[in-house]
Amino acid sequence: MTGRPRIAVVDYGAGNLVSIDQALTTVGADVTFVQDPDGLRGADAVIVPGVGAAQPAMTRLDAGGLTEPLRAWLDAGRPFLGICLGMQLLFEGSDEDGATTLGVVAGRTVRLPNAPTLPHIGWNQVERTRSHPLFDGIEDGADFYFVHSYAGVVDAVAGDVVLASTDHGGRFTSVLARGSILGVQFHPERSGPDGLRLLANFVDLMRAA
Amino acid sequence: MLRRRVITCLDVADGRVVKGTRFVDLVDEGDPAELAERYAAEGADELVFLDISAAPERRGTLLDIVERTARRASIPLTVGGGVRSVSEMRDVLRAGADKVSLNTAAVADPDLVRDCAARFGRQAVVVAIDARMTASGAWEVVVKGGREATGLDAVAWAMRAVDLGAGEILVTSIDRDGTGSGFDTALLRAVTSRVQVPVIASGGAAGPDDFVAAVRDGGADAVLAASVFHRRIHAIADVKAAMAAAGLSVRLTREAVA
Repeated sequence: MTGRPRIAVVDYGAGNLVSIDQALTTVGADVTFVQDPDGLRGADAVIVPGVGAAQPAMTRLDAGGLTEPLRAWLDAGRPFLGICLGMQLLFEGSDEDGATTLGVVAGRTVRLPNAPTLPHIGWNQVERTRSHPLFDGIEDGADFYFVHSYAGVVDAVAGDVVLASTDHGGRFTSVLARGSILGVQFHPERSGPDGLRLLANFVDLMRAA
Repeated sequence: MLRRRVITCLDVADGRVVKGTRFVDLVDEGDPAELAERYAAEGADELVFLDISAAPERRGTLLDIVERTARRASIPLTVGGGVRSVSEMRDVLRAGADKVSLNTAAVADPDLVRDCAARFGRQAVVVAIDARMTASGAWEVVVKGGREATGLDAVAWAMRAVDLGAGEILVTSIDRDGTGSGFDTALLRAVTSRVQVPVIASGGAAGPDDFVAAVRDGGADAVLAASVFHRRIHAIADVKAAMAAAGLSVRLTREAVA
C-alpha cells in the first residue's frame, strides 16, 4: 500500500462522527463515511463505530444494503475494527433487543452482570490476556473510555480471540482479535493519547495486512 | 476498576468561555476549544460546555465551537443549555458532542428524555438537576438557573428521569453552587442510593477534600467543577492526587504524573 490508507467508516446514525474522523486523520488515514456498499469499494479497512442498541443499527445496515457486503468483507478476513456497538455486532446476537447480528465471532452480547453502575460510563483499565501489536507503546492496564451497558461474551468454540478484559463488577471482554478483524468495547477516539496510539497501531496493522 | 471522574465545566456564551457569579457580571476567559484542550492535557476526564447564551440565533456559534473542541480534545464532551428537541440534540451530537445534558427542558417536557434516549441511546442523555434544600430537609428541583421553583422532589425526579431514559444524572446543589462550602453530600447520597446510573456531583467545590467527600460520602461517580479550575485555585492533578491518597480509583495521566 502506498500513500495514505483509506478507511471506510460506516455511518448509520446521528451520533458523533467528528471524533473518529479527527482521530483517524491525525494518525495518517483518509476517512470516508459510507452509507451504502459503493463506499466500501477501494477501502483498505472498515471501521464500524457506534453506540446504542443492536437492532436499530442492523436495521440501518440492512436499509443501506450494507449487511451482506460487510459479512463478505469479514468472511474474507479483511482489516476491520469494530468500536463499542461495532464490536458487539461481530457476535451472533444481542440480548439487549434480541437482534441477530453479523455472527463473525461465536458468542452473544449480554447485559453486564453484577455491574455496580449501569451504563458503564467512564475510564477503565484494559488488561491484556496476551500481547498483540495493537497495544504497541501502550502500557498494560492503561485507561480507555467506555460507554455501554452490554458486552459480547465469546463462546469457547470461537477459540483464542480475547486480547484483553476489563472489570466492572466482573470481567468482560474489552478487546478481541481474529486475524485482521479487531473489536474494542471502549472508544479509542475519545481516550486521549493512548486511544490515538491504538488507532495508529491499527493503521500500521492494516498497512501490513 | 472504573475510575472516579473529574469533569471540568466551561460556561460558554456567544462562543467564548465566560465566568461570572451565577450568570451575571460575565468575564471573558478565552476560547472554549483552547481551554478544553488545555484541561484535557492537564488530566480532565471529561468536559462539559454549558451554553448560557442559548439564544436560538447563537446555535451556529455553539455548533462551531463544539466541532473545534471535538477536534482538539480527544476526551468526551457533553453539551448542556438550550437543547429542547431531538433535532437540536442531533445537531449537537453531529457537531462532535458525545452527550447532551437536559435540565429545564426535561422538567418542562419529560417525554424529551424518553425521545432522545430512544433515538441516540441512554448513554448520550444526561439529565441535570438543580436542587435546593427545603424547610423540611428534602430537596426541590429548581429551573432556569435556580430562579424558578417547580415543587418537584429532586430524588423522585432523578428516579423518574432514569426510568425515562437518562444514562447519567448531574446533581447541582444550588445552595452550595458558587459558595465554596463543599458538595452537598447528603443530597448526593439521597440520589446515588436510589438510582443505578452514574451520578455526577456539582456545586460547591473548593478544595481537593471536597471532591473526596463527594465520592466517599455522597457516592458520586464523578465530580464536576468550574471556577476551582478556571481560577487555578487547584490543579486537576492535585485533586486527583488527593482522591488517590484517599483510596479512590482515579485515572492518572502521563501528563499529570510528570
